[in-house]
Amino acid sequence: MARRENPEINAGSMADIAFLLLIFFLVTTTMNVDSGISKKLSEKPPPDYVPPIIKEKNIFEVNINRNNELLVEDARMEIKELKEAAKAFIDNGGGEGKVENGIATGPCTYCKGEKSESSSDHPNKAIISVQSDRGTDYGTYLKVQNELLKAYTELRNRLAMERYGISFDELEEAYKKARTDESLKKKVEDIKLAYPQIISDAEPTSAN
Amino acid sequence: MSKFRKKKKGMPAVNTAALPDIVFMLLFFFMVTTTMRETDLKLEAPRLPSATEVKKLEHKSLVTTIYVSKAKDSKYGVGYNKIQLNDKIASADDVPAFIMNSREKVSEAEIPFMTTSIKADKESNVGTITDIRLKLRDVNALKISYSASKGGGN
Repeated sequence: MARRENPEINAGSMADIAFLLLIFFLVTTTMNVDSGISKKLSEKPPPDYVPPIIKEKNIFEVNINRNNELLVEDARMEIKELKEAAKAFIDNGGGEGKVENGIATGPCTYCKGEKSESSSDHPNKAIISVQSDRGTDYGTYLKVQNELLKAYTELRNRLAMERYGISFDELEEAYKKARTDESLKKKVEDIKLAYPQIISDAEPTSAN
Repeated sequence: MSKFRKKKKGMPAVNTAALPDIVFMLLFFFMVTTTMRETDLKLEAPRLPSATEVKKLEHKSLVTTIYVSKAKDSKYGVGYNKIQLNDKIASADDVPAFIMNSREKVSEAEIPFMTTSIKADKESNVGTITDIRLKLRDVNALKISYSASKGGGN
């Protein structure tokens, strides 16, 4: 005897199937945020451009050779020592700052360095020049860049702590959240101007 | 009075009929938001160097990515210096055309905010990166980001 009405399809396991798919997508979805060290390249100089003459003592020379070894100011150095050396150089403050828009910035009042005659005059004059070989590993190159940036970050943090009682990282974070806040903007600009990041990449030496 | 005596014993079952609906809704949400990788990599996934001073890249639509790593297919050679633009292996000379192409997709006003993200392997050579950098400078794509994973870059 066949039954008259159609038997209902059991939908009880529907939820299980849907859950399975849901979990699959949950696991495979990667919300990866791209992060990296940002840099701004300098513009292409005009053909008749004459580079300004910079005093030797205001340049901090970092060389990386083909075997990923470091030569800093004509002396061998390990990567972990680089940060302190860079900090000492930037923060030296041995002379007058550069003249900006006709206003001399004068000697560095916030520097805590040795004020040595043979090192940089002022953070805004201090130039870090990184020269690498074409055969240098990218990993090493980036590590060096990272250490140099870390030196700047630490100096900026210290100054921001002294002036505003808040670290520069937090200050920037706060500014990111409130773009229109003029006082925050001024503080960020102030710190950035006190320790401008001047890291230049010299043309690499070719391996021949 | 008999009305009151009719009470059944035991807990009534919770109605779960709407559960599949809820789950499906979540499922569709994730299906829609999941983005599959747009370009398939002809190169091995670059082992990104780690760094501590990383910044997040915002505005994904304004980011163009250049990959530098070893080719999966050994016919391209075994060095870690192969460049991939879009979905083919190219050389540094193709970078300007690639940048111009990606510029067409955004509005004029946003071009200065475009960032080029270089995803290069740890063992790539600086020479390759420099070649790319010089080409980028030629076309005035000045904002770049060396892709790195955040971590204790000792």
